Amino acid sequence: MSDNQLPLWEVFIQSKPGLPHKHAGSVHAADAEMALQNARDLYTRRNEGTSIWVVHASAIIASNPGDNDSFFDPSDDKVYRHPTFYEMPEGAKHI
Amino acid sequence: MILGHRMSQWSSKGPILEEDIAMSNIGLDLFGQCRMMFSYAAEVEGQGKTEDDWAYKRPEREFYNVILAEQPNGHFGTTIARQLLFSLWANFMYRELMSSNDQTIAAFATKSIKEIKYHLRHASQWLIRLGDGTPESHQKMQEGLSSLWSYRHELFDIDEVDETLIAAAIAVDPNQFKEEYENRLKELIAEATLQIPEEGYRAKGGKEGIHSEHLGHILSEFQYLVRAYPDAKW
Repeated sequence: MSDNQLPLWEVFIQSKPGLPHKHAGSVHAADAEMALQNARDLYTRRNEGTSIWVVHASAIIASNPGDNDSFFDPSDDKVYRHPTFYEMPEGAKHI
Repeated sequence: MILGHRMSQWSSKGPILEEDIAMSNIGLDLFGQCRMMFSYAAEVEGQGKTEDDWAYKRPEREFYNVILAEQPNGHFGTTIARQLLFSLWANFMYRELMSSNDQTIAAFATKSIKEIKYHLRHASQWLIRLGDGTPESHQKMQEGLSSLWSYRHELFDIDEVDETLIAAAIAVDPNQFKEEYENRLKELIAEATLQIPEEGYRAKGGKEGIHSEHLGHILSEFQYLVRAYPDAKW
Protein backbone atom coordinates (compact mmCIF):
# COMPACT_ATOMS: atom_id res chain seq x y z
CA MET A 1 0.00 0.00 0.00
CA SER A 2 1.63 3.24 -1.13
CA ASP A 3 1.97 6.25 1.16
CA ASN A 4 -0.12 8.38 -1.19
CA GLN A 5 -3.42 6.66 -0.42
CA LEU A 6 -5.82 8.20 2.03
CA PRO A 7 -6.75 5.99 5.00
CA LEU A 8 -8.87 2.93 4.33
CA TRP A 9 -12.35 2.47 5.78
CA GLU A 10 -14.52 -0.65 5.64
CA VAL A 11 -18.17 -0.05 4.72
CA PHE A 12 -21.18 -1.88 6.16
CA ILE A 13 -24.68 -1.35 4.79
CA GLN A 14 -27.97 -2.21 6.47
CA SER A 15 -30.56 -2.99 3.82
CA LYS A 16 -33.62 -2.64 6.05
CA PRO A 17 -34.06 -1.42 9.60
CA GLY A 18 -33.55 -4.26 12.05
CA LEU A 19 -31.34 -6.34 9.78
CA PRO A 20 -27.60 -6.67 10.36
CA HIS A 21 -25.21 -4.35 8.59
CA LYS A 22 -23.38 -6.30 5.89
CA HIS A 23 -19.89 -5.64 4.62
CA ALA A 24 -20.16 -4.01 1.21
CA GLY A 25 -16.61 -3.00 0.43
CA SER A 26 -14.17 -0.28 1.29
CA VAL A 27 -13.40 3.37 0.57
CA HIS A 28 -10.43 5.64 0.96
CA ALA A 29 -11.11 8.93 2.70
CA ALA A 30 -9.36 11.53 4.77
CA ASP A 31 -11.76 11.43 7.71
CA ALA A 32 -15.00 9.96 9.03
CA GLU A 33 -17.43 12.43 7.43
CA MET A 34 -15.85 12.02 3.99
CA ALA A 35 -15.78 8.24 4.43
CA LEU A 36 -19.50 8.30 5.11
CA GLN A 37 -20.19 10.44 2.05
CA ASN A 38 -17.96 8.34 -0.17
CA ALA A 39 -19.63 5.16 1.05
CA ARG A 40 -23.03 6.68 0.30
CA ASP A 41 -21.88 7.63 -3.21
CA LEU A 42 -20.26 4.30 -4.02
CA TYR A 43 -22.38 1.72 -2.25
CA THR A 44 -25.93 3.07 -2.11
CA ARG A 45 -26.44 4.14 -5.71
CA ARG A 46 -29.20 1.62 -6.25
CA ASN A 47 -31.07 2.06 -3.03
CA GLU A 48 -29.12 -0.71 -1.33
CA GLY A 49 -29.81 0.37 2.20
CA THR A 50 -31.02 2.62 4.96
CA SER A 51 -27.97 2.84 7.16
CA ILE A 52 -24.23 3.03 6.65
CA TRP A 53 -21.44 2.21 9.06
CA VAL A 54 -17.86 3.10 8.20
CA VAL A 55 -15.09 1.67 10.29
CA HIS A 56 -11.45 2.64 10.08
CA ALA A 57 -9.72 -0.42 8.69
CA SER A 58 -7.24 -0.38 11.53
CA ALA A 59 -10.11 -0.85 14.00
CA ILE A 60 -10.94 -4.21 12.48
CA ILE A 61 -9.07 -7.15 13.93
CA ALA A 62 -9.43 -10.23 11.77
CA SER A 63 -8.72 -13.85 12.55
CA ASN A 64 -5.57 -15.25 11.07
CA PRO A 65 -6.21 -17.83 8.30
CA GLY A 66 -3.25 -19.78 9.62
CA ASP A 67 -5.30 -20.42 12.78
CA ASN A 68 -8.28 -21.82 10.89
CA ASP A 69 -7.55 -25.39 11.96
CA SER A 70 -7.65 -24.64 15.66
CA PHE A 71 -10.32 -21.93 15.42
CA PHE A 72 -12.90 -23.58 13.21
CA ASP A 73 -12.28 -27.29 12.61
CA PRO A 74 -13.23 -28.44 16.11
CA SER A 75 -16.80 -27.18 15.65
CA ASP A 76 -17.27 -29.23 12.52
CA ASP A 77 -17.84 -32.58 14.20
CA LYS A 78 -20.02 -31.63 17.13
CA VAL A 79 -23.45 -32.35 15.76
CA TYR A 80 -25.03 -32.19 19.22
CA ARG A 81 -24.58 -28.42 19.17
CA HIS A 82 -27.29 -28.09 16.55
CA PRO A 83 -30.90 -27.85 17.78
CA THR A 84 -32.00 -30.23 15.02
CA PHE A 85 -30.00 -33.05 16.63
CA TYR A 86 -32.61 -33.40 19.33
CA GLU A 87 -36.00 -35.04 19.00
CA MET A 88 -38.83 -33.37 20.80
CA PRO A 89 -40.56 -35.89 23.12
CA GLU A 90 -44.26 -36.53 22.37
CA GLY A 91 -45.68 -34.66 25.31
CA ALA A 92 -43.56 -31.54 24.73
CA LYS A 93 -44.54 -30.80 21.15
CA HIS A 94 -45.95 -27.37 21.89
CA ILE A 95 -43.29 -25.77 24.04
CA MET B 1 -28.35 20.87 -17.58
CA ILE B 2 -25.25 22.83 -18.33
CA LEU B 3 -23.89 22.27 -14.85
CA GLY B 4 -24.74 18.57 -15.12
CA HIS B 5 -22.73 18.39 -18.31
CA ARG B 6 -19.79 20.12 -16.68
CA MET B 7 -19.88 17.62 -13.79
CA SER B 8 -19.98 14.73 -16.25
CA GLN B 9 -16.73 16.03 -17.72
CA TRP B 10 -15.00 14.90 -14.55
CA SER B 11 -15.95 11.31 -15.27
CA SER B 12 -12.76 9.22 -15.37
CA LYS B 13 -10.72 12.30 -14.44
CA GLY B 14 -11.56 12.61 -10.77
CA PRO B 15 -8.68 13.13 -8.36
CA ILE B 16 -9.60 9.94 -6.50
CA LEU B 17 -12.03 7.16 -7.38
CA GLU B 18 -14.53 8.20 -4.74
CA GLU B 19 -14.72 11.74 -6.07
CA ASP B 20 -15.01 10.56 -9.66
CA ILE B 21 -18.19 8.74 -8.67
CA ALA B 22 -19.42 11.53 -6.40
CA MET B 23 -19.15 14.12 -9.16
CA SER B 24 -20.69 11.86 -11.78
CA ASN B 25 -23.57 11.20 -9.39
CA ILE B 26 -24.04 14.92 -8.86
CA GLY B 27 -24.14 15.41 -12.63
CA LEU B 28 -26.74 12.67 -12.91
CA ASP B 29 -28.87 14.28 -10.20
CA LEU B 30 -28.76 17.58 -12.06
CA PHE B 31 -29.76 15.90 -15.31
CA GLY B 32 -32.66 14.22 -13.53
CA GLN B 33 -33.85 17.58 -12.26
CA CYS B 34 -33.60 19.25 -15.64
CA ARG B 35 -35.43 16.37 -17.31
CA MET B 36 -38.37 16.96 -15.01
CA MET B 37 -38.37 20.67 -15.77
CA PHE B 38 -37.92 20.23 -19.52
CA SER B 39 -40.74 17.69 -19.69
CA TYR B 40 -42.97 20.07 -17.79
CA ALA B 41 -42.04 22.95 -20.06
CA ALA B 42 -42.89 20.84 -23.11
CA GLU B 43 -46.22 19.93 -21.52
CA VAL B 44 -47.06 23.53 -20.69
CA GLU B 45 -46.15 24.70 -24.18
CA GLY B 46 -48.55 22.10 -25.52
CA GLN B 47 -46.99 21.75 -28.97
CA GLY B 48 -46.12 18.08 -28.67
CA LYS B 49 -42.44 18.63 -27.98
CA THR B 50 -40.48 16.55 -25.51
CA GLU B 51 -37.66 17.10 -23.02
CA ASP B 52 -35.24 16.09 -25.77
CA ASP B 53 -36.26 19.06 -27.89
CA TRP B 54 -35.43 21.31 -24.97
CA ALA B 55 -32.07 19.73 -24.37
CA TYR B 56 -30.87 19.02 -27.86
CA LYS B 57 -32.58 21.37 -30.28
CA ARG B 58 -32.09 24.80 -28.74
CA PRO B 59 -29.23 27.02 -29.88
CA GLU B 60 -27.17 29.10 -27.45
CA ARG B 61 -29.42 32.15 -27.68
CA GLU B 62 -32.32 30.11 -26.38
CA PHE B 63 -30.55 28.84 -23.28
CA TYR B 64 -31.25 30.85 -20.17
CA ASN B 65 -28.87 29.32 -17.68
CA VAL B 66 -26.60 31.43 -15.52
CA ILE B 67 -23.10 31.95 -16.79
CA LEU B 68 -21.69 30.42 -13.61
CA ALA B 69 -22.81 27.00 -14.80
CA GLU B 70 -20.81 27.24 -18.01
CA GLN B 71 -17.52 28.05 -16.38
CA PRO B 72 -14.79 25.46 -16.95
CA ASN B 73 -14.14 22.85 -14.31
CA GLY B 74 -10.61 24.06 -13.74
CA HIS B 75 -9.06 22.15 -10.87
CA PHE B 76 -10.99 20.45 -8.10
CA GLY B 77 -11.12 23.65 -6.02
CA THR B 78 -12.76 25.58 -8.86
CA THR B 79 -15.36 22.87 -9.33
CA ILE B 80 -16.13 22.79 -5.61
CA ALA B 81 -16.47 26.60 -5.52
CA ARG B 82 -18.88 26.51 -8.45
CA GLN B 83 -20.87 23.71 -6.84
CA LEU B 84 -21.07 25.57 -3.55
CA LEU B 85 -22.23 28.86 -5.07
CA PHE B 86 -24.90 27.09 -7.09
CA SER B 87 -26.10 24.46 -4.62
CA LEU B 88 -26.45 26.92 -1.77
CA TRP B 89 -28.69 29.07 -3.97
CA ALA B 90 -30.67 26.04 -5.18
CA ASN B 91 -31.12 24.87 -1.60
CA PHE B 92 -32.90 28.08 -0.64
CA MET B 93 -34.73 28.39 -3.96
CA TYR B 94 -36.15 24.87 -3.81
CA ARG B 95 -37.07 25.32 -0.17
CA GLU B 96 -39.21 28.30 -1.17
CA LEU B 97 -40.56 26.61 -4.32
CA MET B 98 -41.95 23.76 -2.23
CA SER B 99 -44.85 26.12 -1.50
CA SER B 100 -45.37 27.16 -5.11
CA ASN B 101 -48.95 27.49 -6.34
CA ASP B 102 -48.02 25.23 -9.22
CA GLN B 103 -48.30 21.61 -8.07
CA THR B 104 -45.74 20.23 -10.49
CA ILE B 105 -43.15 22.79 -9.49
CA ALA B 106 -43.84 22.24 -5.80
CA ALA B 107 -43.44 18.48 -6.24
CA PHE B 108 -40.27 18.97 -8.23
CA ALA B 109 -38.82 21.17 -5.50
CA THR B 110 -39.75 18.74 -2.74
CA LYS B 111 -38.00 15.92 -4.51
CA SER B 112 -35.00 17.85 -5.77
CA ILE B 113 -34.14 19.57 -2.53
CA LYS B 114 -33.03 16.22 -1.11
CA GLU B 115 -30.45 15.90 -3.86
CA ILE B 116 -29.36 19.51 -3.57
CA LYS B 117 -28.89 19.16 0.19
CA TYR B 118 -26.41 16.43 -0.49
CA HIS B 119 -24.58 18.43 -3.19
CA LEU B 120 -24.38 21.33 -0.75
CA ARG B 121 -23.03 19.07 1.98
CA HIS B 122 -20.44 17.66 -0.41
CA ALA B 123 -19.28 21.12 -1.54
CA SER B 124 -19.27 22.61 1.97
CA GLN B 125 -17.27 19.77 3.45
CA TRP B 126 -14.67 19.97 0.70
CA LEU B 127 -14.47 23.76 1.00
CA ILE B 128 -13.67 23.38 4.69
CA ARG B 129 -11.18 20.57 4.23
CA LEU B 130 -9.32 22.19 1.34
CA GLY B 131 -9.41 25.65 2.89
CA ASP B 132 -8.30 24.43 6.29
CA GLY B 133 -5.85 21.95 4.78
CA THR B 134 -2.33 22.24 3.48
CA PRO B 135 -0.94 25.56 2.20
CA GLU B 136 -1.33 24.25 -1.35
CA SER B 137 -4.96 23.19 -0.93
CA HIS B 138 -5.73 26.48 0.84
CA GLN B 139 -4.24 28.52 -1.98
CA LYS B 140 -5.99 26.53 -4.70
CA MET B 141 -9.35 26.59 -2.94
CA GLN B 142 -9.04 30.34 -2.44
CA GLU B 143 -8.14 30.77 -6.09
CA GLY B 144 -11.11 28.68 -7.21
CA LEU B 145 -13.47 30.63 -5.00
CA SER B 146 -12.10 34.03 -6.00
CA SER B 147 -12.27 33.26 -9.71
CA LEU B 148 -16.00 32.48 -9.54
CA TRP B 149 -17.06 34.74 -6.70
CA SER B 150 -18.82 37.47 -8.64
CA TYR B 151 -20.68 35.04 -10.88
CA ARG B 152 -23.06 34.34 -8.03
CA HIS B 153 -24.87 37.65 -8.42
CA GLU B 154 -26.54 36.48 -11.62
CA LEU B 155 -28.44 33.86 -9.64
CA PHE B 156 -30.40 36.76 -8.16
CA ASP B 157 -31.24 38.55 -11.42
CA ILE B 158 -34.92 38.49 -12.30
CA ASP B 159 -36.72 39.62 -15.46
CA GLU B 160 -40.38 40.39 -16.32
CA VAL B 161 -41.23 36.73 -16.86
CA ASP B 162 -39.99 36.01 -13.33
CA GLU B 163 -41.92 38.95 -11.97
CA THR B 164 -45.17 37.72 -13.50
CA LEU B 165 -44.64 34.27 -12.02
CA ILE B 166 -43.61 35.69 -8.67
CA ALA B 167 -46.79 37.74 -8.54
CA ALA B 168 -48.78 34.56 -9.19
CA ALA B 169 -46.90 32.81 -6.36
CA ILE B 170 -45.63 30.24 -8.81
CA ALA B 171 -42.03 31.36 -8.77
CA VAL B 172 -40.01 32.90 -5.97
CA ASP B 173 -37.93 36.06 -5.85
CA PRO B 174 -34.45 34.87 -4.93
CA ASN B 175 -33.67 38.24 -3.39
CA GLN B 176 -35.89 37.17 -0.50
CA PHE B 177 -33.14 34.85 0.65
CA LYS B 178 -30.13 36.70 -0.68
CA GLU B 179 -29.09 37.83 2.78
CA GLU B 180 -29.39 34.31 4.19
CA TYR B 181 -27.33 33.05 1.26
CA GLU B 182 -24.56 35.62 1.74
CA ASN B 183 -24.44 35.01 5.47
CA ARG B 184 -24.17 31.27 5.09
CA LEU B 185 -21.39 31.72 2.52
CA LYS B 186 -19.49 33.94 4.94
CA GLU B 187 -19.87 31.35 7.72
CA LEU B 188 -18.53 28.56 5.53
CA ILE B 189 -15.66 30.66 4.20
CA ALA B 190 -14.67 31.57 7.75
CA GLU B 191 -14.82 27.95 8.86
CA ALA B 192 -12.59 27.06 5.93
CA THR B 193 -10.11 29.75 7.08
CA LEU B 194 -10.43 31.37 3.65
CA GLN B 195 -10.80 35.04 2.75
CA ILE B 196 -13.95 36.53 1.31
CA PRO B 197 -12.85 37.34 -2.24
CA GLU B 198 -12.99 40.82 -3.72
CA GLU B 199 -15.79 41.44 -6.15
CA GLY B 200 -14.63 41.09 -9.73
CA TYR B 201 -16.29 40.88 -13.14
CA ARG B 202 -20.03 40.52 -12.69
CA ALA B 203 -21.44 38.22 -15.34
CA LYS B 204 -24.94 38.82 -16.58
CA GLY B 205 -27.10 38.15 -19.60
CA GLY B 206 -27.73 34.43 -19.26
CA LYS B 207 -31.45 35.05 -18.96
CA GLU B 208 -31.48 36.94 -22.24
CA GLY B 209 -29.62 34.16 -23.98
CA ILE B 210 -26.32 36.04 -23.98
CA HIS B 211 -23.65 33.66 -22.78
CA SER B 212 -19.96 33.29 -22.28
CA GLU B 213 -17.87 31.71 -25.01
CA HIS B 214 -18.06 28.37 -23.23
CA LEU B 215 -21.68 27.58 -23.98
CA GLY B 216 -21.07 27.15 -27.69
CA HIS B 217 -18.45 24.50 -27.02
CA ILE B 218 -20.58 22.77 -24.44
CA LEU B 219 -23.58 22.57 -26.74
CA SER B 220 -21.61 21.43 -29.76
CA GLU B 221 -20.39 18.47 -27.71
CA PHE B 222 -23.70 17.83 -26.02
CA GLN B 223 -25.96 18.19 -29.03
CA TYR B 224 -23.64 16.69 -31.62
CA LEU B 225 -25.12 13.21 -31.74
CA VAL B 226 -28.73 14.32 -32.08
CA ARG B 227 -27.91 16.94 -34.65
CA ALA B 228 -25.74 14.59 -36.72
CA TYR B 229 -28.18 11.68 -36.57
CA PRO B 230 -31.61 13.17 -35.96
CA ASP B 231 -33.45 9.87 -36.32
CA ALA B 232 -31.11 7.83 -34.14
CA LYS B 233 -32.80 5.52 -31.69
CA TRP B 234 -31.47 3.10 -29.13
